[in-house]
Amino acid sequence: MKTIPTIAGLILVASGAAAQEPVLTVYTYDSFVPDWGPGPAIEAAFEETCGCDLQFVAAGDGAALLARLRLEGERTEADIVLGLDTNLIAAATETGLFAPHGITAETDLPVAWDDPLFLPYDWGWFAFVAEADTPAPASFAELADSDLRIVIQDPRSSTPGLGLLMWVRAAHGDAAPQVWDGLADNILTVTPGWSEAYALFLDGEADAVLSYTTSPAYHRIAEGDDGKVAWTFDEGHYLQVEVAGKVAGTDQPELADAFLRFMLTDGFQAVIPTTNWMYPAVMPESGLPEGFETGPRPAPSLLLSPEEAAAIRAEAIDAWLAALDG
Amino acid sequence: MAGRAGRIGWPGALAAALVLAVIVGPIVAVAMRAEGLGTLGPAGRGALRFTIWQAAVSALVSVALAIPVARALARRRFPGRGLLLTLLGAPFILPVIVATFGLLAVFGRAGLVNTGLAALGLPSLSIYGPGGVILAHVFLNLPLAVRMILLGWQAIPAERFRLAALLNAPVWRLLEAPMLARVVPGALVLVFLICLTSFAVALVLGGGPRATTVELAIYQAVRFDYALDRAATLALVQVALSAGVAALAVLVHLPDAMGAGMDRVVPRWGAGTRALDALWIAAAGLFLILPMAMIVIEGVAGFSDIPPGTWVAAARSLAVALASTAICMGLALALAVSGGRWAIVVGTLPVAASALVLGTGLYILLFPWLRPQVLALPVTVAMNALFALPFALRIVAPAVERSEAQFGRLADLTGLSGRARLRLLTLPRAAGALGFAAGLAAALSMGDLGVIALFAGQETETLPLNMYRLLGSYRSDAAAGAALLLLGLSLALFAVFDRAGRRC
Repeated sequence: MKTIPTIAGLILVASGAAAQEPVLTVYTYDSFVPDWGPGPAIEAAFEETCGCDLQFVAAGDGAALLARLRLEGERTEADIVLGLDTNLIAAATETGLFAPHGITAETDLPVAWDDPLFLPYDWGWFAFVAEADTPAPASFAELADSDLRIVIQDPRSSTPGLGLLMWVRAAHGDAAPQVWDGLADNILTVTPGWSEAYALFLDGEADAVLSYTTSPAYHRIAEGDDGKVAWTFDEGHYLQVEVAGKVAGTDQPELADAFLRFMLTDGFQAVIPTTNWMYPAVMPESGLPEGFETGPRPAPSLLLSPEEAAAIRAEAIDAWLAALDG
Repeated sequence: MAGRAGRIGWPGALAAALVLAVIVGPIVAVAMRAEGLGTLGPAGRGALRFTIWQAAVSALVSVALAIPVARALARRRFPGRGLLLTLLGAPFILPVIVATFGLLAVFGRAGLVNTGLAALGLPSLSIYGPGGVILAHVFLNLPLAVRMILLGWQAIPAERFRLAALLNAPVWRLLEAPMLARVVPGALVLVFLICLTSFAVALVLGGGPRATTVELAIYQAVRFDYALDRAATLALVQVALSAGVAALAVLVHLPDAMGAGMDRVVPRWGAGTRALDALWIAAAGLFLILPMAMIVIEGVAGFSDIPPGTWVAAARSLAVALASTAICMGLALALAVSGGRWAIVVGTLPVAASALVLGTGLYILLFPWLRPQVLALPVTVAMNALFALPFALRIVAPAVERSEAQFGRLADLTGLSGRARLRLLTLPRAAGALGFAAGLAAALSMGDLGVIALFAGQETETLPLNMYRLLGSYRSDAAAGAALLLLGLSLALFAVFDRAGRRC
């Protein structure tokens, strides 16, 4: 057993670090921190210049992240919260736990961005992902008329699930309930989160799954599999914009500001495409990796403001329940 | 109630108080943070109705099927029977999401059954719907029900069967039916309560929001709406339901009037046909093992993709499982030996307690004092011990009760008490049940996600959490490999304890 020397070593390292280096604590979601996620490369790049110890704390998904911050309130150890999306921004703002970032960002988002509290670090379009040989519908209406079976996430427990609700609503407005009525018999099942839905699709249970336009890039680049495609819908695609914010009660305000500025530079952004499988918020100098984007970009890009999204959420969920409960 | 099993002593009282505090305390903390309780609302009431319905049907079907299977297993000896018993337990100890995917590989749209039907030119079957929810819950809980009822059969002394055969007396009416009347309510209660907190399985196989359970409503309340008042109310409803159902089972509980035997298990004769028993065993075996085989096949393919972190997480999970088992067995023994008649009700409460509300409450209680990352593993150990307690207790308590009923008076006469009584009477008499219970606790703790996700920081990842994280970042092959590792370790832990108990 080499546990004891390891522990002793860790204590030495930890106490040595604690003496000199301030710690910046970043709360984020689960898939950000593993060896294969963006976390390690970003940590290494930031620590090169910050003279600090960057620590990621993973807390489930985006919604769990916000719930944890609310539980902890002003006593939270978090300096930065990274991983909320536009559907959560209104609730996050309401907590009063975030401070303005004061950064004017030149982003490459397909929409304008001017939120005073939250800065985007990546984004993507929601899309249905399917095998390339499945006949692809070109709109929700065509999907509803087809015999295709899709698997989606529950908007009551999952951010992509909520994103789909917003997508239908942003594209079809008051006709959204009719769209859901039409889709009801195409929905094979609903899962609590993205993981279960995507696994069902990969197991061949469903013809398509709600995911992102960038999902096929994972299979192409990481697995050398060209066989997955994202369906492009004529009415446009809803955006998921992932954001980070500075916690107002942080004991490291300068470091937190430095991290947010670093977040929009190449050291962070160049890591995003092939680790988080989303578009970087600011296009790195090296551009997108080979094979990341093969088709035309969907248009238009749809996005409700955080206030609109928060205002219609309950009603949109009720309409969704009514359509699928029948 | 016969013997000392009904008496209350300080270890039992302490254990009961501890369990009660850890179940109710966090819910109270959540309610206090929310400054009161909320209302269920129509959605909550709808979820409650569906939850109770599916749990009741799942329990009835699981136990009804378990009776003939357990009977067949009780009276037939064949090579590989021990191994089969161990393997049959696999669905129960796996994380439900893994078991669900195994089930889908057989019964899903692209599963074995539908592939076979398509090859024969027959229309396909859909697993998605209420029937799928019941099928999955039977799959997950049949093993437990079979083992609980099998223990009842094995507790009938062989001498009784001999005597009955000698006198040509009706075995079913005199021996088996009374035994079932004692054992079945406990099994029904346990399966019902397990299904009460079903969440992912019900939603995924239920085919959509028609299959909304209370646990999903809690999830929504905590995670998205931050309506802690509603979450606390829903959690209280769950606990009250489980307390009520468990109490009902105590009231209809019949004492063991079987008397003592020499514990020899003899092959039985004259009861039922061999072919029918073989059919039941084969059907249950196929139903439970085929999905497991699919998990193994997919896991073997993904095994080489397992990242190094998964092995570290596996080692951590093993340590967590062993620590949880020690705590769980301590609590179960204390409650069984000196917890009194109602100990079983208290000990059953954790099974229907919402992990999310419990974790959230503990977080509220502990966060002001300690860093969450420091707490992650200790809290996981404690919670996993708690979640395994109902199963351990339901297995250990009848064995202790039986040993007291049979030998309690003798022990009283000889002045055997305290630790000596535990060592000389209770532990040896209940060894089989203790081993089975410890194996189950260890395996459950190994696969339980518990509350780790809520507290996890760096260096605290357990194997189930690692598996979920792999699944959450496109790495489904590696996740299948991790699931196989989890299955292997859980089964190994279970087998080691179970066999040690049976050998004693």
